[in-house]
Amino acid sequence: MTATAQSNRRSPQGGMVNSLTAGRLPRFVEFYVLAGSLVVVGGAFMLLGFNLGGWIFVSVVLYLIVLAALSTLAENRRKAVDRIVRSVVTIAFLLAMAPLVSTLFTVAAKGIAQLNWGFISQTGGAVFDPQTLKVTITAGAWQAIVGTLEITGIATLMSVPIGILTSIYLVEYAKPKQWMARTVTFLVDVMTGIPSIVAGLFAFSLFTLIVGPKAFSGFSASVALSVLMIPIVVRSCEEMLRLVPHELREASFALGVSRFSTIIKIVLPTAIAGIVTGVMLAIARVIGETAPIFMAASFTDNFNVNPFNGPMQTLPVLAYTGIKFPGQDIAASVASAWGAALLLVILVVLLNIIARIVARVFAPKGAR
Amino acid sequence: MTTNEAVRSRGNAEGATGSRSPRGGAGPARLKSRPADRIFFGLSLGSAALIVVILAAVATFLIVQAIPAITADWKTSPELSAGPTAGYGSFWSYVAPLIWGTLWVSAIALVIGAPIAIGIALFISHYAPRRLAGVLGYLIDLLAAVPSIVFGLWGIIVIRPLLLPLTDWLNQNLGWIPIFAGKPSTTGSTILAGAVVLAVMILPIISSISREIFLQTPRLHEEAALALGATKWEMIRLAVFPYARSGVVSATLLGLGRALGETMAIALIISPSIGFSLRILTEGQNSQTIAANIALNFQVADALQREALIGTGLILFVISLAVNIVARFIVSRTGKSGGTRRRVQLAPPEAASLRVANDPALSPVRGTSDKAEGASA
Repeated sequence: MTATAQSNRRSPQGGMVNSLTAGRLPRFVEFYVLAGSLVVVGGAFMLLGFNLGGWIFVSVVLYLIVLAALSTLAENRRKAVDRIVRSVVTIAFLLAMAPLVSTLFTVAAKGIAQLNWGFISQTGGAVFDPQTLKVTITAGAWQAIVGTLEITGIATLMSVPIGILTSIYLVEYAKPKQWMARTVTFLVDVMTGIPSIVAGLFAFSLFTLIVGPKAFSGFSASVALSVLMIPIVVRSCEEMLRLVPHELREASFALGVSRFSTIIKIVLPTAIAGIVTGVMLAIARVIGETAPIFMAASFTDNFNVNPFNGPMQTLPVLAYTGIKFPGQDIAASVASAWGAALLLVILVVLLNIIARIVARVFAPKGAR
Repeated sequence: MTTNEAVRSRGNAEGATGSRSPRGGAGPARLKSRPADRIFFGLSLGSAALIVVILAAVATFLIVQAIPAITADWKTSPELSAGPTAGYGSFWSYVAPLIWGTLWVSAIALVIGAPIAIGIALFISHYAPRRLAGVLGYLIDLLAAVPSIVFGLWGIIVIRPLLLPLTDWLNQNLGWIPIFAGKPSTTGSTILAGAVVLAVMILPIISSISREIFLQTPRLHEEAALALGATKWEMIRLAVFPYARSGVVSATLLGLGRALGETMAIALIISPSIGFSLRILTEGQNSQTIAANIALNFQVADALQREALIGTGLILFVISLAVNIVARFIVSRTGKSGGTRRRVQLAPPEAASLRVANDPALSPVRGTSDKAEGASA
């Protein structure tokens, strides 16, 4: 060990050795070491009893140790540290991929059995038949789908105009150092940090004071979601408006066009793809919120399309109540919870994909 | 052209003032002001003001609803002596253990999640192949899009059983450390399981903000470090970390803010009790969090109990407000705008890359080639 290290240290001084190639591990050494440690540890685990998590964990530890030792021997300590960090950072990334894959896979596997046309188009719930004393449970999510779409839709209708107008104020009208602009920017930042359950409590308190106790309604949930959604919309629109080149505005002003027309005809059309994308992503963010809807709209098995009166069911709340407060048939409740979760994930993923497509297709041409 | 380049290279905000100066002008250069103009200005100013109003309303309504329960005499009130609020002398003795539980779970989640998140950010910004980086960043952002309820369900059926062997092992071998002491859970509804799920949920926030900041490191600093013979890791330690430190700290605080307010995952996973406990492997004596406590009890609570729960929500609001303000303050004090906004998460990745490509200050090489184009044109 010492001999190699010394020869290494001496080699650049010697001048005769090519310092660019000497003392380097082969190119794909990481892969060789990883494969080696997987095989060795796998073999050991086969003898002791197999355990997937343990196998991967021990292999990774062994891999890091062997890599560090090899690199220290053949190269030097600095290179060894560099290699270790590279591996650790890569492992961190893979570690984060595991929950994503596992979550999506679990939801798909558990929910797919539930997902059929009946589940989507029926109103679920339990019906008690007094003659036979039997409770028939229909699995269905139609009331929850309608509720989710209505509540999110109303929230979007409220938040998007406010969000876009506020961002127009911040970018087009306000001077950056002005106190109003600074206050609004600061408050928007603060608003992004409001816990979702606090938004739900706010909507509940508001409607309790205005309407009276037990004021559960879909609209109340929309207000809660708006509180969460407005800052997201403001942020993304502001970002997009700032990307619009100033030359465009200046050209428009130079032609004598008013500020209003410039914003409507020049700035917004240029930024519209980004704004639509931002709004889509904002919807995707709030559509899965459970706590505020649970506070403000409560839950129900009844089919309620009136957002201004009475509790409303939504997909995330259906998933939550199905697990936490299952009905008589526990298995059916849990199954419909997973079905609702899968529907929700599909909705979110669809919104994300549409947002990406909008961003790509309608992106301003010729952007450098 | 030269002035324009110069203006733009000073960064977004300042560039905006620079080129917008004609507007403020007095005298003959003033733009025509029509009614539509004034109405539109009024509308946008009104929306901005509405945000101030909404935030004030959130605070006001919570306070108004919480006051009766906070000031009530908890020992004699029949309503408060029943249900979820039974057995507490005052509002503060009810909320104190909940505050502890909230901070404790979030702290563990942060200890687990923050290093991984920063590692991910480094991987995407400096280690991953350039061509893949955008896609990988998008995958991490997808993690932020998964609804919290789905993570909660996933935590119940995947994380709980997965952690059971680890729980037993930690308890048997490291049981002398107070946090691993006690009788280990057999179902897995532990604080540890909740914190692991929380950690997954805060990963995308911390990593997307950190990644943005790592990418903003001046290229010349990095190249200077490499030119002096630094390895990649030494370059990151010398050039990237000092530049990004405050941004990473504030990203972590924003992640903490998210963890503090997370409701459903905790409500589903941790088997609750209200009390002070350091132990993270036990069941039924876990500290409960404010948000989960509200979610679990709100629908069954009486009017005054509900007001007590709203009071705890007010405390949560104050705590997360404080965390957020500290995060913003750290960023503004060091004068880097990068960390104040959840840019990557909120804006689509295209926008981020577009901005980087557009802003000569962010990439010196690109900037010079732009200038060359401008000169030749």
